[in-house]
Amino acid sequence: MHEGEQAAQASINKALIPEQKIAALRDMLRIRRFEQLSLKFYQQGKMGGFLHLYIGQESVAVAAASLMSGQDEMITAYRDHGHALAVGMSMEECMAELFGKATGCSKGKGGSMHFFAPDKHYWGGHGIVGGQVPLGLGLAFALKYKNIPGCALAFLGDGAINQGPVSESLNLASLFDLPLVIIIENNGYSMGTSLARSSSIKNYLAERAEGYNMAWDTANGSDFYELRAKLHHIMERARKESKPCILEVATYRYYGHSVADANAKKYRTTEEIEAYKANHDPISLWQEQLLKEKILTEADIEKLDEAAKEEAAASVAFAEASPWPDPASIFEDVYSQIDQGTHFFS
Amino acid sequence: MPIISYKQALNDAFAEEMTRDESVFLIGEEVAEYNGAYKVTEGLWKRFGSKRVIDTPISEAAFLGLGVGAAMMGLRPVVELMFWSFAYVGFDQIINNAGCVRYMSGGLINVPMVIRGPANGGTAVGATHSHTPENFLANTPGLKVVSPSTPYDAKGLMISSIRDNDTVCFMESTLLYGNEGEVPEGSYTIPLGVADIKREGTDLSLIAHGPAVLTSLAAAEILAAEHGISVEVVDLRSIRPLDEETILNSVAKTHRALLVDENKPFCGVSAQIAALIAEKAFDELDAPVTRVTALDAPAIYSFPLEKIQLPTADRVVAKALSLF
Ligand SMILES: Cc1ncc(C[n+]2csc(CCOP(=O)(O)OP(=O)(O)O)c2C)c(N)n1
Ligand SMILES: [Mg+2]
Repeated sequence: MHEGEQAAQASINKALIPEQKIAALRDMLRIRRFEQLSLKFYQQGKMGGFLHLYIGQESVAVAAASLMSGQDEMITAYRDHGHALAVGMSMEECMAELFGKATGCSKGKGGSMHFFAPDKHYWGGHGIVGGQVPLGLGLAFALKYKNIPGCALAFLGDGAINQGPVSESLNLASLFDLPLVIIIENNGYSMGTSLARSSSIKNYLAERAEGYNMAWDTANGSDFYELRAKLHHIMERARKESKPCILEVATYRYYGHSVADANAKKYRTTEEIEAYKANHDPISLWQEQLLKEKILTEADIEKLDEAAKEEAAASVAFAEASPWPDPASIFEDVYSQIDQGTHFFS
Repeated sequence: MPIISYKQALNDAFAEEMTRDESVFLIGEEVAEYNGAYKVTEGLWKRFGSKRVIDTPISEAAFLGLGVGAAMMGLRPVVELMFWSFAYVGFDQIINNAGCVRYMSGGLINVPMVIRGPANGGTAVGATHSHTPENFLANTPGLKVVSPSTPYDAKGLMISSIRDNDTVCFMESTLLYGNEGEVPEGSYTIPLGVADIKREGTDLSLIAHGPAVLTSLAAAEILAAEHGISVEVVDLRSIRPLDEETILNSVAKTHRALLVDENKPFCGVSAQIAALIAEKAFDELDAPVTRVTALDAPAIYSFPLEKIQLPTADRVVAKALSLF
């Protein structure tokens, strides 16, 4: 059997009902349309700082979120809009955060790189490359400490794997038998540095797991079934046996490192980008799959896409209409006791 | 009242809090089976087991981050740094994660963690092991910083720090661990942000934290006995939040302020106190605000020189006399 078909036959995928398959497409489309619109308004000067687009990688966060049990936790880096929408954060709160408005998910205090939703088991959104991985270790530690049969998903990039604290965390996760699932979203580049120029290990980044007595695997990020099958397998092991592992996902970002990346097409060729879009786009491939399975028609897909665009447009309207944070709020959310008024010095 | 050591007072605080609250755990290098590099956690592994008292490999960034992640999930980690000097390899986790996550999440996430260990010079271990980073940490809104000088304060502040919903950087001193003092039995708390007058006086305020409080008390003795000067010693105990009121009241009473600080002078804790007094008590002053701090160079190894690099009672006395 062809590998893709095998993945489709995996029990976790066979268990999917059509509504769930459609929901996955809807989520991917929502991420793409949300980000495309955010790009437009970024370019109009409506946002500050950086805007790291996830476009091209949507399947990864959506597949992972689709497998979260309600007792699993997720954390990622600064390319975090996709994960945020995938776990169920609203476009409105996310767009308003990008606009720096008081109605943003972090009240305008975090920005693009720092989205959080602890009620959805989503712990950010972290701007320091690799710095979120020790936190993911802590999420996994807390699950085990509290005897919760969940796992912690910690995402990082192909560049981030070279950070010292990441290596420390791999060792600790393995030594302590923590239910940590490390997902490397290998999009081939860390800013303008290709993999060949950043990693001494030439086959797979995930091979580093072997140095820590840890299991590892790889997955094709543009194949939604494969992603789910492989993720399910390692998430189950993490939950049941409390063992960490690394999954390296081959994926690709279509835009520059951030919107401010003026060199986006200098360190890679236009042909390369176009080839990915044409042959590996996770959304197109999933759409084809759903057409083949006769779950959706072209017209249905069009409707989903229109709905995603409308939702994104509405989120912009919401963000535009929202107030700026009150200057007094600068001093709020620094210390819990001061916010609660239980501290007598402020 | 029982007389116990500073180290024992901390140990009792851990044991009492761990008994009271299942979510409290200790983690760090050599804290469990070895009983702690300075024996502050002695006996706790035996008593509470490997789930609650956890040895780590030498990976400060990872286990500090582990503490932050676990605290975000509602646990109350007490993370030991063998020396605060080693915090620098994990500074990102302290400053960017423990210090900023609450703010960046718009208050959705708390990080109720204690990071603790000795932060002092004076033990002839050279510059890399003699840092006092309380000023760096206190410069980070979101972090709290405390520095007790007595066994009584150590226990009460530690219990408060463990129960605090924000990250508290708890600065101890290897030179204070063996000091003994009266500590009541049972749990009690000292609120963060409340200074303590360790000696009352009318002519001069010495304002200090940590071991410099003891130096100040020794200087106060000399000034009283040999020069008839009545000195008040203000122990900050907590650097952030800072008890401005007690500092300003003391200055209003004595009209002279001398800051004694083992921190370096440049952008150090004493610089902050000096700015506070200049802004809010200028009219009370009969003499300029002055400082006796660590001499402004990396900590020297050579022990006779190291002793004079840190504030000494003699240096404090000389500086105090220059104010009259
Ligand atoms: C400690 C640190 N160093 C450098 C940066 C600047 N920086 C931000 S993202 C990035 C590249 C990271 O690439 P990768 O981990 O592959 O993730 P990707 O951007 O591809 O998602 C760099 C160098 C940073 N944010 N933090
Ligand atoms: Mg990358």
